[in-house]
Amino acid sequence: MSANLISLLIEATWQTIYMVAASTVLGTILGLPLGVFLATSQRGELLSAPMVNRVLGLIVNAARSVPFIILVVAIIPFTRALVGTSIGTDAAIVPLTIAATPFIARLVENSIREVDAGLIEAARAMGATPMQIIRKVLLREALPGITLGLTLAVVSLIGYSAMVGAVGGEGLGDLGIRYGYQRFMPDVMLTVVVILIVMVQLVQSVGEWIAARVDKRAARNRGH
Amino acid sequence: MTPEPTTGAAIRFDGVGKAFAGPKGQVTALEDVSLTVQPGAVCGIIGRSGAGKSTLLRMVNGLERPTSGTVTVAGHDVGRASGSALRGIRRDVGMIFQHFNLLASRTVFGNIALPLEIAGTPSDRIRVTVNDLIARVGLEAQRDRYPAELSGGQKQRVGIARALATRPKVLLSDEATSALDPETTQTVLRLLGDINRDLGLTILLITHEMAVVRDIASHMAVIDQGRIVEAGATYDVFVRPQHPTTRSFLSGVTGVTLPQFIAGRLEQTRPDAASQEVIRVTFAGDHATDPMLARLTGQMGIDVNILAGAIEEIGPRPFGNLLISVDAMRGDDARAYLERHGLLTEVLGYVR
Ligand SMILES: Nc1ncnc2c1ncn2[C@@H]1O[C@H](COP(=O)(O)OP(=O)(O)OP(=O)(O)O)[C@@H](O)[C@H]1O
Ligand SMILES: [Mg+2]
Repeated sequence: MSANLISLLIEATWQTIYMVAASTVLGTILGLPLGVFLATSQRGELLSAPMVNRVLGLIVNAARSVPFIILVVAIIPFTRALVGTSIGTDAAIVPLTIAATPFIARLVENSIREVDAGLIEAARAMGATPMQIIRKVLLREALPGITLGLTLAVVSLIGYSAMVGAVGGEGLGDLGIRYGYQRFMPDVMLTVVVILIVMVQLVQSVGEWIAARVDKRAARNRGH
Repeated sequence: MTPEPTTGAAIRFDGVGKAFAGPKGQVTALEDVSLTVQPGAVCGIIGRSGAGKSTLLRMVNGLERPTSGTVTVAGHDVGRASGSALRGIRRDVGMIFQHFNLLASRTVFGNIALPLEIAGTPSDRIRVTVNDLIARVGLEAQRDRYPAELSGGQKQRVGIARALATRPKVLLSDEATSALDPETTQTVLRLLGDINRDLGLTILLITHEMAVVRDIASHMAVIDQGRIVEAGATYDVFVRPQHPTTRSFLSGVTGVTLPQFIAGRLEQTRPDAASQEVIRVTFAGDHATDPMLARLTGQMGIDVNILAGAIEEIGPRPFGNLLISVDAMRGDDARAYLERHGLLTEVLGYVR
């Protein structure tokens, strides 16, 4: 492989990392509070707002049922209004974030719903405010589940980021299609696939390691 | 605002009712409940599953609101408090739970610190208070352990320390020993007793085990289908139970039940044919039954069959239960004689 190709691969890898990292951060900033709200706003719950809960739930479901590739195309006018262009890594971050947000929201919601209702009860009995219960009890107790959920989200976003390559994004997917497929360079294709596999493995391993670190639910043998 | 009265009840239920909206219309959980718990008392509430015990307890810290009547804690109307006033009352009422409800993500120290963090206590004060509490419940060695690494009894000790962190005046206990083995139950009950004595804390506890009431409660109430059917000093209720529900709970704890071969043949009305009258004899305090029964035979010429019996202790005071049978023709004489000598009697039925 030529030195030129190798530098292209390195650049594409950084672009992918940038797109995935930016959309994960933005998707979490938006999805985390949304997920917390969805998990605590049904009738009789902490932030009881059943109507708002239902409306937001419908929107989240709708967003999640649109195939990603259609989402990318459908929101091109919105993307252009937001970042001034519909191609390139910055433009790709818009649909990636829009796909990540409802996904992360549902993962956070599920993790929080798994927290034992008895803990909410205990915190209420202590005189905690709803916000204190969310911060000190729900988010902390759900942290192992949320960590695994975010890991899953990052892995999915790596896949999506390769897809935006097909519609004018940049990164590894774009490189794979332009060189590997259109110019028929199987070694480029193979390298792209290997890099993606390594990335996914790394993310998965780190995610599971962090989740295990923050998970105190099982007894450990502490060696003293 | 009225100033907090310095005397008066710690907890007061006044004509309290509670109905839940169920799938098939309203479910009445409590009806016209009135009960007063004095400061420093340990009041045990006993009842069958679904009787309304938890609902009653949860009204004391406003986790549940009465649909009628009032619940007052240290002079505050809990049922009508909301927002920060309600949260303030809750800080004065600690609560412990059957399944402990500890945060898995926090150590023993962190769990006990939680109510103080919620109350906004500065962290150096939290450290001192929590370390004191850890010593009080005897968990110094477990200070930095997580709940998953503790036994059930240790978890409940954390629960108790956590409930005491904000120095409450009242402690609520919802079946706090039901998930523990008998031995651990004893140590936890002893700890609660110590706390009641040392801190003058009022304790309201619910249970379905009469033994728990016997071992710790100074007062008790029996709740059946949402109504209080009996209430009073524990000793009095044990010695003179009035309601059938109370009696059936008591027979569970005293172990004084009729042998099966008699219970199966028991008739409620006295048959015309020759028969035996089955009598429960209860003696309180220092009355000894043995000479009584011997004298019944010697002085009155009435033969006595002893069917079952046991002696119990409530606090320092003993009381006993004896099931006997005598010739039904002489039943009235026998009971009159025993009553005259300070024993309590109750006809359970007749066997041919
Ligand atoms: N949130 C609720 N919604 C509807 N019904 C309820 C609710 N909480 C309790 N009930 C009903 O009220 C009644 C009393 O319940 P409660 O939990 O107080 O009983 P309990 O005496 O504590 O029983 P257990 O010993 O099983 O804990 C039951 O019939 C129960 O089904
Ligand atoms: Mg209950």
